[in-house]
Amino acid sequence: MLNWLRRPKYGTVERREMPAGIWDKCPRCRNLIYRKELERNLMVCPKCGYHHRLSAVERLEITLDQQAFQEYDASLTSTDPLGFEGYGAKLAEAREKTGQAEAVITGDGTIDGRRTVVAALDFHFMGGSMGSAVGEKITRATERAVESRLPLVIFSASGGARMQEGVLSLMQLAKTSAAIGRLHEAGLPYLSVMCDPTTGGVTASFAFLGDIILAEPGALIGFAGRRVIEQTIRRKLPDDFQTAEFCLQRGLIDMVVSRAEMRATLARLLAFFGAPRVAPAPEEPAPAAQP
Amino acid sequence: MTQRPPRPAADLDHQLAELEQEIGRLHVRARDHSESRETEIAALEQRAAQLREEIYRNPSPWHIVQLARQAQRPRLVDFLGSLFTDVIEIHGDRLFRDDPALLTALGRFDGQPVVVLGHNRGKDTKENIARNFGMPYPEGYRKALRAMRLAEKFGYPVISFVDTTGAHPGDQAEERGQAEAIARNIQEMSRLKSPILVVVTGEGGSGGALAIAVGDAVLMLQYAVYTVISPEGCAAILWHDASRARDAAAALKLTARDLQDLGIVDEVLPEPLGGGHRDAEAVYRVVRDGLGRHLQALREVPREVLLDRRYAKYRRIGRVVETLAAGGDGDRAEARP
Ligand SMILES: [Zn+2]
Repeated sequence: MLNWLRRPKYGTVERREMPAGIWDKCPRCRNLIYRKELERNLMVCPKCGYHHRLSAVERLEITLDQQAFQEYDASLTSTDPLGFEGYGAKLAEAREKTGQAEAVITGDGTIDGRRTVVAALDFHFMGGSMGSAVGEKITRATERAVESRLPLVIFSASGGARMQEGVLSLMQLAKTSAAIGRLHEAGLPYLSVMCDPTTGGVTASFAFLGDIILAEPGALIGFAGRRVIEQTIRRKLPDDFQTAEFCLQRGLIDMVVSRAEMRATLARLLAFFGAPRVAPAPEEPAPAAQP
Repeated sequence: MTQRPPRPAADLDHQLAELEQEIGRLHVRARDHSESRETEIAALEQRAAQLREEIYRNPSPWHIVQLARQAQRPRLVDFLGSLFTDVIEIHGDRLFRDDPALLTALGRFDGQPVVVLGHNRGKDTKENIARNFGMPYPEGYRKALRAMRLAEKFGYPVISFVDTTGAHPGDQAEERGQAEAIARNIQEMSRLKSPILVVVTGEGGSGGALAIAVGDAVLMLQYAVYTVISPEGCAAILWHDASRARDAAAALKLTARDLQDLGIVDEVLPEPLGGGHRDAEAVYRVVRDGLGRHLQALREVPREVLLDRRYAKYRRIGRVVETLAAGGDGDRAEARP
């Protein structure tokens, strides 16, 4: 990973849940992978292609041109508006663990020299759940895209609405979707990228409202949870149910794009939709092409 | 039904029902046998009144959840029959099928044309199975959007009745894009060029409710609930203990009064003591009155103002703070590599 983005603010951060050894066991193929090799491969297993989950910082690092990122609302966070049992402690724990104030990072930067507003949700922060702050940051970012006539790219990774904020969380679906609606009316492109996992309220709002919807291979994408569905229909679901590939086949998304190809694909789409080059193409090659 | 562990509110309800039956029997006996049972009846009436007071003056959130789920609560078809005239049901999303869990209709309110839609819950098992307990598939939400577009074309207001435990959680619903259908409706309702009035009448179950609940005014019956997740689901996920549903009901702030305090509900429509099922006519009256007032006010608002206000209404919902920088809205922090 490139590590050029700002350092965490909230104490020390364990970069990954996996043991920090030299070798990591792939959760899918069980092969032992040399850590350095995994990192060079953008945290994609070189043996089976399993895409490890990335933090929001890692996501932005591999997507944006270096040093071009201006963050919005870095210190904006949810309160505990309902006085919900255990929420304050969970928020503090998530901040400590991720070094972030909230479950999404927003800002603007360039992809292959084309300026865009970008948001990346962080599944490591309370499951990427959307409460007031995530909804507010997505909404503000979208409004800034409209004001600045910039495209919008959102990387989603979320278990859904944050239940500790009750209906305030549910209303973030309405707030963000209304803002996306205005962006569409303004004729600006919105590229939605669904990463593993994108479920619940985030799918039922901005994630499924992209002009173009992309997904990483194998990403879990769905509204209702597998267990609830199995209880309803009283049988087992197939293994590939609610995967990115399943969604592509059912006509729900536009394309499944590997992590190595994602940056270049986004750049092509931004170019197609007329996002102007504001900076020369970065001198260093895209991260995917690095040795 | 299996017994849920702690339901004292429902138990009191049961006691009250028995008392009322007993009073009825005494009345019949007094009539048939020309006996005077007045003192006996008066005593029971007094006891029943106390019980009612006890239960209903200050119902707990969990008790309100029980009231919202009451099987005999007025449903969409009742409101259609009592508040609207010239009702013509319309069917289908033009894409897949007609979803009976979500009803759409043309009708007149106070003589004016409106489009009415809502979750179509039944009153008994047979009705509910036929209508999938008011839990729509994507095609239900797409049918609703079709009806709203129709309203928009002719400049008619939309009146939406919310009463569902949630969107149908099934494999086919997922395959046909349940999330997309809900997201689409939410986005389109936020900018539909017709006034939209929402009434939460029973259960407002998460995204499946919100998919037809974005509007210019959101009214809510006093003993309806509106929640991001069911209390049972919340307790199971957060505390790994579904029996703490009562605590979750309180924590989630799901009652009409709570939601009015949070700026989510515009007006709470009062219900008769003990819940709407005890006096449906009283419920129709408050809903008719509420709809009438809000419709009248909205008719006078120019379209652009209407849409700006609707956007602002949702724009301000939420509670956030800036924890580090002193800067407010619009403050930009430089990237620190
Ligand atoms: Zn592998």
